[in-house]
Amino acid sequence: MNGAQDVGGMMNFGPVVPEPESIRFHAEWEKRALGITLAAGAMGVWNLDITRSARESLPPVEYLSSSYYEIWISALSRQLVAEGLITEEELTDGIVRSPAKPVPRVLTAEMVGPVLKAGTHYNRKPEVPPRFAVGDQVRTRVMNPWHHTRIPQYAKGKTGVVDKVHDVFVFPDTNAHRNGENPQWVYTIRFDAQELWGADADQTVTVSIEVWESYLE
Amino acid sequence: MSHDHDHDHDHDHDHDHDHDHSHLSPTELRVRTLESLLVEKGYVIPEALDEIIETYQTRVGPRNGAHVVAKAWTDPEFLNWLRKDASAAIESLGYSGRQGEHMVVVENTPDQHNLVVCTLCSCYPWSVLGLPPVWYKSTAYRSRAVIDPRGVLAEFGVTLPETQAIRVWDSTAEIRYLVLPMRPSGTEGWSEERLAGLVTRDSMIGVSLARRAEEVSS
Repeated sequence: MNGAQDVGGMMNFGPVVPEPESIRFHAEWEKRALGITLAAGAMGVWNLDITRSARESLPPVEYLSSSYYEIWISALSRQLVAEGLITEEELTDGIVRSPAKPVPRVLTAEMVGPVLKAGTHYNRKPEVPPRFAVGDQVRTRVMNPWHHTRIPQYAKGKTGVVDKVHDVFVFPDTNAHRNGENPQWVYTIRFDAQELWGADADQTVTVSIEVWESYLE
Repeated sequence: MSHDHDHDHDHDHDHDHDHDHSHLSPTELRVRTLESLLVEKGYVIPEALDEIIETYQTRVGPRNGAHVVAKAWTDPEFLNWLRKDASAAIESLGYSGRQGEHMVVVENTPDQHNLVVCTLCSCYPWSVLGLPPVWYKSTAYRSRAVIDPRGVLAEFGVTLPETQAIRVWDSTAEIRYLVLPMRPSGTEGWSEERLAGLVTRDSMIGVSLARRAEEVSS
């Protein structure tokens, strides 16, 4: 889905404001937002692609006027309601009115270290050889599906060069909608800035994205 | 494993559960409400939340990445390993896991500077850099890094020579990038630990350079 999340190349969002690296959080609630988002994710009710899809499905005005942790919280609330784990009514006043649903896992304090350390691997065993090799010239497809996808607008229908053949990875377009993992080869494709932005672009700049194989013609 | 939660027990919340929320902003109130619902329904455990926060507050942060960079500056074998299999090389130093499962290290050279962004969300190598800074997640950075990287660098006080090309890496998949900044001159013979002091978070994202030798006290 193209939408407010797909901001690459847009203008007028204002200056980038650096901040010291000693700052980890800006308010106490950001810590709690991080904690509940990760702990709720660890229940195993949804996957990362479902979560990304939920965040970018927020109404554009809300998305663009929210801080990133606010986006997390709005999307988490929606996901919990969509899964029947919490009701809208409960969210409104914070009073529990319905029984909890069984979930695959509840994260304990002891599990946090090992779970974060292990991460979640999205590569899968290749079953077919990659269609493209390093150095191949390729063109990305022009497409605007209504479902979740990971090709940015600015890189659609553009010609670039295969810079790296990575591995076979879970396909977000289907995984985000529980339509299976459908693993595909992932490539790094490098574009000249002029191919992306036009003749006036900085000739010393190249931009690369990762694409799943079906994003290429 | 199925979790059957007992709803009759009493929770011992370590945060107060007062019902006078008038002092809270709407966002604070939302987060507090959500947390208390999740806890009361048994979906999350308060001690686990504290442990997650503690992890990213004190244990997983940009000093991990600085260690990786300093080692790459001093150990050619490690550098080669990073080039071939960054995930394994980084894991050998004890840094692995969430949002660092599939690592690639990109090296700055006099001919090419690297800059990392995620235009679609906020993908970032947590295992080596910790939580992303707020600007990294901002629409200002995400929108402009791909179309005007030199302009973005200028906002960080960095002007690169025109002869140095810029390569922007938009993290659209599960690959996570760590920039290997150039080793500053005048640091010959420095220990790995001392070198790590020159490596800033921003230099490992590519919006800045490593600090100069004279910027740190010896």
